[in-house]
Amino acid sequence: MANAFWCIVEDDRQGTPKKVMAEVIGEAARLSSGQAEAVWFTDKATEAGLKQLAEWGANKVWLLENAAFAPYRSEIWTGAAAELAAKATPKAILAPVTSRQREFVARLAARLGVGLAADCVAFAMDGDKLIATRPVYAGKLLAKVTWAKAPWVATLRPNVFRPADAQPGRVATVERPSVATPSAQMRFVERREEVSTGLPELTEAEIVLSGGRGMKGPEHYVILEDMARVIGAAVGASRAAVDAGWRPHRFQIGQTGRTISPKLYMGFGVSGAIQHLAGMRTSKVIVAVNKDAEAPIFKIADYGIVGDLFEVVPELTKEFKKLLEK
Amino acid sequence: MKILVAIKQVPDTATQVKISADPRAIDTTGITWIVSPYDEYAVEEALRIKEKRGQGEVVAVSLGPERVKEALRSCLAMGCDRAIHLNDPVWNVADTLATAKALAAVLKQEAPQLVLCGRQAIDDDMGAVAAQLAELLGWPCAAWIMEETIDGDGKTVRAARQVEGGLEVFDLPLPAILTAQKGLNEPRYPTLKGIMGAKKKEIRDVKAADLGWAPEPAQLSVVTLEALPPRPPGRIIPGDVPTAVKELVRSLREDAKAI
Repeated sequence: MANAFWCIVEDDRQGTPKKVMAEVIGEAARLSSGQAEAVWFTDKATEAGLKQLAEWGANKVWLLENAAFAPYRSEIWTGAAAELAAKATPKAILAPVTSRQREFVARLAARLGVGLAADCVAFAMDGDKLIATRPVYAGKLLAKVTWAKAPWVATLRPNVFRPADAQPGRVATVERPSVATPSAQMRFVERREEVSTGLPELTEAEIVLSGGRGMKGPEHYVILEDMARVIGAAVGASRAAVDAGWRPHRFQIGQTGRTISPKLYMGFGVSGAIQHLAGMRTSKVIVAVNKDAEAPIFKIADYGIVGDLFEVVPELTKEFKKLLEK
Repeated sequence: MKILVAIKQVPDTATQVKISADPRAIDTTGITWIVSPYDEYAVEEALRIKEKRGQGEVVAVSLGPERVKEALRSCLAMGCDRAIHLNDPVWNVADTLATAKALAAVLKQEAPQLVLCGRQAIDDDMGAVAAQLAELLGWPCAAWIMEETIDGDGKTVRAARQVEGGLEVFDLPLPAILTAQKGLNEPRYPTLKGIMGAKKKEIRDVKAADLGWAPEPAQLSVVTLEALPPRPPGRIIPGDVPTAVKELVRSLREDAKAI
């Protein structure tokens, strides 16, 4: 299976793969002419989860199921993955950009002595070489990069690649390789949950609403949250709003915050500073609402309304409600 | 406690970047260079650890051409004690792994108890060097930390890393590597006294040969840089608020199929 493209599984830590894996497996299958394989580190996989990976297009699932793999520690995953890679010699190792995968594959690439391309937004085969495209310099340029040797290790920006269509009833071989689980130096202490907003995670949401300095204060974000609940969106903020203390840093979109690429981004009172654009310019549809007709965000917006967000937002919420009730 | 902070000099976010005659590189004329913002959090945290413990040494290290001295000088002005500049044309095309290997060689000589870096540099946004350095040295690593505390006897660091939906807290035996996320602290501005003092502090040049470095081909290389494909021109929707909003919702539904 020396031509296989591995897809490292990101899951919900409860035994179910995240839907971003449909994008990773779909892209891996496309690049390898159908030789995508899932590699799943978990303490407990579910049958439904295994079935899901097969239906998305994995031919094989390497199931590494062991209590030692949760919570994630790069030292343990790296040892086990390197051992398996030495035997199975995959052509590529792909993973979605998430907090743990970005660190894990960097470490794995160093162990294997190969190159890593992080946060890729496109791939193409050029003969027997893989060329990856990734944004650089605050998203102002795109770099095309390639590897000196396999396995080609890369992470994929979520929401950019076309997800595989699930093929109901498709099956995959499940292999449970025995690998050593090195003991970790890191000791897990605790997990502190954020106070849930009841809204989707910023980096996973298909629709993101973002409030900037034009929101005028922390108390007004509730109007964006109301709209978000109607259309199933996440709510983020610009750096100006975060630095003013209106929203916690985890909601910041941009260069020193989260990079997002939703189907629909709507900015309210966001001016569109370069460092904000760096975090959202690969969004598919961009809507901007701002009082200032000269705001830079209008230059990249597909649709713009020049107006007061405090009038536009309630009206928009009302219209979305009407539309979705139909 | 000896702490090493690995930093990178990058173009200022607001700077225009243009592709040079060599399409694999940017044209560096007229660029304003800064210390990558996340690295400033790393420097600040290192200085705070030293101040809290009342003793220790903070060493800034960076890889890159001559201009990188400016960035190291800024770190010295903030309060770092000395700096190491990996300054050799051999490293001009260093990828993350080559950079990590060069830093690993420095760490073997310096033997710090703690290494701090920013979560990623804001030029190539790879975010890989710290984890790769940890792997090469066999050290534990916690990325994107929001807080840290070192125990009294300097044996363990407790770090909270930002993950989806919360924080994960780990104890790491020292030596270890941490990468700084925004929110860890608020970096200080250099004082005038700091800036003056920085001029007298040591920046040691290190060549590849000093580290016994044997050049090796980059594992990842840039084929070409490209300008962004232009987005199709957008549309400002005219009319009073109710009319414009109705038209926006219709467009999102029927034209863009985004909702």
